[in-house]
Amino acid sequence: MSADHNIFVTEETVEGAADGPLADSTVAVKDNISTEGVRTTCGSEMLDDYVPPYDATVVEKLTEAGATIVGKANMDEFGMGSTTETSAFGPAENPAAPGRVPGGSSGGSAAAVAAGEADLALGSDTGGSIRNPAAFCGVVGIKPTYGLVSRYGLVAYANSLEQIGPLAPTVEEAAALLDVISGPDERDATTRDEGADSDYASAATGDVDGTTVGVPTELVEGADEGVRGRFEAALDDLESQGATVEEVSLPSVEHAVEAYYVIAMSEASSNLARFDGVRYGHSGGFDGNWNEAFSKAREEAFGEEVKRRILLGTYALSAGYHDKYYKQAQDARAWVKQDFDEAFESVDVLASPTMPTPPFEVGESLDDPLQMYLADANTVPANLADLPAISVPAGEVDGGPVGVQFVGPAFGEEEIIRVGSAVEQ
Amino acid sequence: MSDTSPGPEEVRHVADLARVGLDDDEVEKFTDQFADILDYFETLDEVPEVDREADLVNVMREDEVRESLSQEEALANAPETEDGYFKGPNVS
Repeated sequence: MSADHNIFVTEETVEGAADGPLADSTVAVKDNISTEGVRTTCGSEMLDDYVPPYDATVVEKLTEAGATIVGKANMDEFGMGSTTETSAFGPAENPAAPGRVPGGSSGGSAAAVAAGEADLALGSDTGGSIRNPAAFCGVVGIKPTYGLVSRYGLVAYANSLEQIGPLAPTVEEAAALLDVISGPDERDATTRDEGADSDYASAATGDVDGTTVGVPTELVEGADEGVRGRFEAALDDLESQGATVEEVSLPSVEHAVEAYYVIAMSEASSNLARFDGVRYGHSGGFDGNWNEAFSKAREEAFGEEVKRRILLGTYALSAGYHDKYYKQAQDARAWVKQDFDEAFESVDVLASPTMPTPPFEVGESLDDPLQMYLADANTVPANLADLPAISVPAGEVDGGPVGVQFVGPAFGEEEIIRVGSAVEQ
Repeated sequence: MSDTSPGPEEVRHVADLARVGLDDDEVEKFTDQFADILDYFETLDEVPEVDREADLVNVMREDEVRESLSQEEALANAPETEDGYFKGPNVS
């Protein structure tokens, strides 16, 4: 039963078309992806009773492909968190490591797949929110290249960073779901043509003979010993299948976490300004003037992490601090992109542990937000550089599952799917 | 604490700008946490200036009338409506 793990915020079945590539598949959809007529809360009290009047493009594509949607998966409030503990509907539990968090913010989506509550799931990844819970729950997650998948109908947190992507038990199944949701959308001007006639599923050949895998030393040094052991075993395995592994250096990634949070919080402070309790969402009542009613609605209905990010984002963009934080963060973002571009001149993919530790214990990170932010060190660089990345299970250590991450060049989904599938063999 | 970290009054001021009400406990907690987090963000000072080489193109579409939500659908989630309009608080 899903109630055991608090996987779904809303359990409701939406039948898809009679046939199609996903006709035999059930899918859990993260609760920040709009579903017509089905409550979509973003894990927030603010949207406790919000029922979207339209479907996200990815949801239309799912049902056209024959998928059966089985529910809206629990998540960190508005995607802000790394553990699914900031949900207003209570934390989800990790089915693969009882007593531990499932990771976040797509924790419900990953847990649904790990527990067998759904065959497949959709998550969204702003700084690692698909790959982190995939790693912690022992499933596969793909963060696509920015622009590959339409964000129309995704409730925005940080537009320039986030992408919707698949979670599945195997690389091939995740790739097949990506085939369904990718491609241009006239309702999202940031989408590109590359995913239009994709066949990512058939890229899961497991053939890595002649592939060069680069390992950024900066993303391995900070990892736990146990995690490093699993990561190195996965690399040895790839070498035995004919891949070449070489060290590379990406000095810019040392600043990726702070750049990511400055940009994400700044965009969040702007995006979340729409929640005023007038057109939709929790209302603070109409005593007093607009500003007072607005502040009251937001005080009551936003959780602590959301308030923290809105305030820090407002501060970072405010007069006098814009150049100090936001402009420098954009410089760091450009530097990260440049570093990746240079690395891909000599290697096919980059590999690192997805998360530096096994799944956190419940409650472990909540009191120290900075510590929680630092846990995203290995996943945020791909979002800053708009690149595709996959997390594939690489066994377990004491504490739970471990994931290995592969990052590819822009629209290099086939490459990371091919290498990821070799880890499974 | 860094020179630029906001004190409690500045946290309240930013919360006012962002239209997020805070109670006293939250102000105290955020003041402490923001000092740590903003200190950490200051390491961005070490980032070199980087030339951005992105080719930017406009992706404007034709400004044509399209299907949209009905008035009823648009109002369906509003806490209060009147005569087919959203009803909100006083502006001033």
